[in-house]
Amino acid sequence: MSKYYVDKFLFTVDRDPQLLRRYKEDPRSLVLVWEQSIGPKLNDAETSTVHFLTDSEREILINHDYVALFEMGAHFFLCLTIFIALYDEEWTKKHGPLSFQREYGAKLKHWLGRDYPSVAP
Amino acid sequence: MATLAAVLATTHHPFYLKATTAPPEQQMPQAMEWKRKVEAYRETLTRARPDILVMVGADHFHQFFLDNYPTFLIGKAPRYDATFYNEEREFGLPKYVLQGHEELSNFMHQGLLDRGFDFAFSHELKLDHSIICPIITTRPQADLPVVPIYTNIFAPPLPSPKRFWDLGRAIREIIDAYPSNQRIAAVGSGHLSLELGGPRQFGEHGPDPEFDRQAIAWLASGNIEAILENVTRDNLGTHGNATHGFMDLILMMGIAGPQKASYVDNLDLFHTMEAYLTWYPEGAAA
Repeated sequence: MSKYYVDKFLFTVDRDPQLLRRYKEDPRSLVLVWEQSIGPKLNDAETSTVHFLTDSEREILINHDYVALFEMGAHFFLCLTIFIALYDEEWTKKHGPLSFQREYGAKLKHWLGRDYPSVAP
Repeated sequence: MATLAAVLATTHHPFYLKATTAPPEQQMPQAMEWKRKVEAYRETLTRARPDILVMVGADHFHQFFLDNYPTFLIGKAPRYDATFYNEEREFGLPKYVLQGHEELSNFMHQGLLDRGFDFAFSHELKLDHSIICPIITTRPQADLPVVPIYTNIFAPPLPSPKRFWDLGRAIREIIDAYPSNQRIAAVGSGHLSLELGGPRQFGEHGPDPEFDRQAIAWLASGNIEAILENVTRDNLGTHGNATHGFMDLILMMGIAGPQKASYVDNLDLFHTMEAYLTWYPEGAAA
């Protein structure tokens, strides 16, 4: 399991409007491309062989599954930011301001009063 | 020697600008009250007549990531761009360019090393909303040179609350020792109880209003003993998973010292309690 690599996915996609658009429109294709050509980049010149996604992590990312991301300890700020980018606008149009953020919280309500999964990588 | 003209500790609600500049029919009911409170708070900095701002914030995975995340970092650049693409997108924040103050950055960095704080440093630092939101609220003309200091309140393991306090005390000593006749204000931002990406997010109030009331009372009275008795890295998360930003407010009180704040205000908003505190250190002719 690599929380680090899942966080790296969220970090690199959220900051790039083109990747973000592709993650919304065709998440499976974007995740596979990311694993091949973006995830392994250490910087513009070097690649890294350290991390990889497990099958389960890949499916969580493909499914935009923010509940599972919370439960595996992906960083809460990266998760919230990217899913607001993906869903806030359409939810606001349909259900009003902050409706997506409230739905997101409600789907995690079984964690109220419990210790949350650690976000330490 | 330089004069520490004011110390400001504030929350940094990234939606302030959007909320208070939206067309009136789209504004939240509290928008005008929020604007009035922020403008009154801004006056506490204006009347201190600062020449340089030491700004304390935290990078929210904008420039820094988990491949190389600094615990404490100082900016040492001649100027600083600010506001990242995803902050423009989510919060509607404008881009800024702030002037730096390399001489004070260098003096501060050396002073921190001399006092046992081995800072990371950056000569090309882009600032995020933890510094730009307080600029928007307290110095919107963005006309003063800044020395940015970043802390890790975000990517565990974190330093302890005591370490944030001690860092504030060290910054104070360095400002007091800076050989200059300029007036320096320290402006830092953090959070009270805050939940992001968890079940308590975006409620009618912050996730723990009782903690918020207590935390403001501790800061207002300069009661560092009570803070260090009651606040730990581990229990901060019980008030909301992003509540560790409170440690940057402890740091700011460390710069002021264990004294009562001269100005204390707060605003109970959706999602968070906002807090606005200002200290005028003894001897500063505000």
